[in-house]
Amino acid sequence: MGSPTLTPATARRTGVVTGLGVVAPTGTSTADHWDAVLAGRSGIREITRFDASVYPVRHAGTIPEFESRTRVPDRLVPQTDRWTHFGLAAAEEALADADVDPAGLPEYEMAVVTASSSGGVEFGQREMESLYQHGPSWVSVYQSIAWFYAATTGQISIRHGMRGTCGVLCGEQAGGLDAIGQGRRLLRQGTRLVVTGGTDASLGPYGLVSQLRSGCVSTVDDPETAYLPFDRLPHGHLPGEGGAMVVVETEESASARGAGRGYGTVLGYAAGFDQSTTTGRPPVLARVIRQALDDARLDPSDVDVVFADAAGEHRRDRVESAALAEVLGPGAVPVTAPKTLTGRLLAGGAALDVATALLSLRDQVIPPTHGPIRLSPDHEIDLVQDEPREVPLRHALVVARGYAGFTGALVLGRGDRTR
Amino acid sequence: MSRFDLDELRQIMRASAGVDEGVDLAGDIGDLEFGDLGYDSLAVLELVSQVQRTHGIVIPDEAVEEMPTPNRAVEYINRLAMEGKAS
Amino acid sequence: MSRRAVITGVGVVAPGGGDREAFWSLLVAGRSATRRISLFDPSGFRSQVGAEVDFDGRASGLTSQEVRRLDRAAQFALVATREALADSGVFDGPPPGSVDPARVGVSIGSAVGNTMRLEEEYMVLSDDGRRWLVDHTYGVPHLYEYMVPSTFAAEVAREVTAEGPCTLVSTGCTSGLDAVGHGAQLIAEGSADVVVAGATDAPLSPITAACFDAIKATTARNDDPEHASRPFDRDRAGFVLGEGAAVLVLEEARAARERGAHVYADLVGFASRSNAYHMTGLRRDGREMAEAIRVALDQARLNPTDVDYVNAHGSGTKQNDRHETAAFKRSLGEHAYRVPVSSIKSMVGHSLGAIGAIEVAACALALDRQVVPPTANLRGRDPECDLDYVPLVAREHRMDAVLSVGSGFGGFQSAMLLARPGRVPVDAGSG
Repeated sequence: MGSPTLTPATARRTGVVTGLGVVAPTGTSTADHWDAVLAGRSGIREITRFDASVYPVRHAGTIPEFESRTRVPDRLVPQTDRWTHFGLAAAEEALADADVDPAGLPEYEMAVVTASSSGGVEFGQREMESLYQHGPSWVSVYQSIAWFYAATTGQISIRHGMRGTCGVLCGEQAGGLDAIGQGRRLLRQGTRLVVTGGTDASLGPYGLVSQLRSGCVSTVDDPETAYLPFDRLPHGHLPGEGGAMVVVETEESASARGAGRGYGTVLGYAAGFDQSTTTGRPPVLARVIRQALDDARLDPSDVDVVFADAAGEHRRDRVESAALAEVLGPGAVPVTAPKTLTGRLLAGGAALDVATALLSLRDQVIPPTHGPIRLSPDHEIDLVQDEPREVPLRHALVVARGYAGFTGALVLGRGDRTR
Repeated sequence: MSRFDLDELRQIMRASAGVDEGVDLAGDIGDLEFGDLGYDSLAVLELVSQVQRTHGIVIPDEAVEEMPTPNRAVEYINRLAMEGKAS
Repeated sequence: MSRRAVITGVGVVAPGGGDREAFWSLLVAGRSATRRISLFDPSGFRSQVGAEVDFDGRASGLTSQEVRRLDRAAQFALVATREALADSGVFDGPPPGSVDPARVGVSIGSAVGNTMRLEEEYMVLSDDGRRWLVDHTYGVPHLYEYMVPSTFAAEVAREVTAEGPCTLVSTGCTSGLDAVGHGAQLIAEGSADVVVAGATDAPLSPITAACFDAIKATTARNDDPEHASRPFDRDRAGFVLGEGAAVLVLEEARAARERGAHVYADLVGFASRSNAYHMTGLRRDGREMAEAIRVALDQARLNPTDVDYVNAHGSGTKQNDRHETAAFKRSLGEHAYRVPVSSIKSMVGHSLGAIGAIEVAACALALDRQVVPPTANLRGRDPECDLDYVPLVAREHRMDAVLSVGSGFGGFQSAMLLARPGRVPVDAGSG
């Protein structure tokens, strides 16, 4: 205890992922999600939580089967936004999957770090409606704890008695990697276990309309062809809701509990920021990937699969494929984008990709990228399409890029957990 | 306003603040402390705020301290409503 | 080789004055900048008092497009960033001698992000709340940038051409302290050589005011706005919502020394703990905040008696003031009764996530100038708060190490230790 927080990175410790929790359009549990991903079952559906026919986007990665009442303690349902419901449910599954009883571990050595992008936007819209329709005294007491971006971390910390260094990082769609990277940092500083990841639920009317203004959302009405990353003529992406939480522990903690090397280890992480294209400065992604590999003490040839960011916009796709080709070699490593089944989940997207990548390492199979993508010759990548590909997998690289320039890369190593 | 009763309070509690596991709101809860029923200070503030809205009465800040249990809350709210009518 | 972050530039946008020096003058004078809210019509609200910044984006050097594009909090952040950069001179060296953008990071804190713009645009899109199905045809071009708080970090990153790790830290009311702590960590671990760190919030809008009205956390003393923020006073009645930003330039100590930079303070310890108790409630004993203080002291290899000043969270709610008084006694022992403790929220209000960074800026200036800012409006102590809260008048005081703490919704408790340059051995933080 009392290990310094402001430490150099010399104390090299990797984090072992011992538990996964998923709430995604592809399934409300890790097992359901993985089955759907391997089977290529899409979670893109017509939005039914409200009448979206008035908007230029009617389809999204939604989770209509998620029932807050059965997955979240009754008292917390009216106090929290849907995004926090997802976070609580995913954290609970991850802890159960890791077979952790937080009550039996030192309280200050457990931490919660989540990513958020849009906070409790649906809850907030409802309360603003009360405010402007009726007056200040109609605003719910719970608005003060449901809307702000720290709500999910706070609620998970309280629910599981985790009193260590808790945090919330917002790096738009790269935030999920930043949160897991921060989790690993904490493991080097006296924390033994971190619940980390990200969720988002920005598919209420105000959240959806805000996303439309990012200029990146596809307005193609056919859900099968709306989001086609790396295609010759991509149209943008479809939004989605959900995310994932993972339990990451120090090697000592995992082995002391008999969890071995779990699903795998977080070996390397790096982050950077792209300046605007008008500055003429080159994108940072290739450098960030190299830094993450250096951090993992791996060579490019050690990477066996890439879980791509897959923006679905030609220029951004091109930046990504060029960086992959530059660092790993043109077409040298299989690349996949299972988020074609869910849409882009904002803060939840990268976290879900990490969970999917760990499942891929466990089962030694690369899930395919979904949809009728005609790979553009501009992309010198080996895009896995149509069928899962069974190949030996030692290490996976997860890439995440967010609106405005946020960039992250995370390297995962294989664990010893079996299905 | 119509007389406020325990059943209406139960309904508001269920809708606005949920119910803790192991708590039977339909049971004999009238004289149990809100805290023991799993309702913290925020939950009580939310109940009060809902009652104000649905019954159009104004409950002063200090009043929360005078309603530690559901029965006391019902009593207080009815007294307030009567005074409101009288004035 | 141990690395440590030091503060070489300070930029502040705070109530009661435009820039760093105006802010410091306000603190030293013990003047309170709280007043009846003018940014919106507060009649109909329980709390009608705020600590507002008299801010004009154009007069502060922002362009027309910046003023149009950016939420008030983002405008604060940019103005504070420019002041901090000019103060530090870190990027003034001629290329190629200047800093590699890949080695520059950004860590900005905010509790509520672009709330003000989100609310204004919501009103238009919903036609004043009439339409649940908001009208997307009224969506302004930058609407998405208002939804995501990371916009603040992106704006600062573009301003300083940062290509290293950039993030927005959002841990409610400890966001500012946590963002500076995160920035210091990036430097200590070698992920960056320069980090532009700080926090910003502009929460003085109806929806946020209504939030705090609902839980009765803000003061209802509307009759005397200038004296409404009264931390540790027996007549306090809740906190006063404020706004503002502080941005610091953090550099690696050796590099800062080599280029001859003026160093305000060394960052020698930082820790945060959570109470896992309640989203808004605090236990009386202050144990998690005390634990954060203990760990921060441990990192700096300092004893409780080495702390020469405590910048308290001091929000002015009964619950907080008693909680942290207990935490100081628990972590500092008898020394808690001797060390000066003050709350600048008595003067600049509580700007949620921003205040933590503003308080770190105050600590850096206090160390630099060897003056303890007072707690304004403290006329009669709450009998349960029995420490030396430096009432009303600033105090010249010899300080080598100061402690700043924060406490916030979600149960987060953070503590940071700053020291006069070179006073705490640089190796202390390693190990």
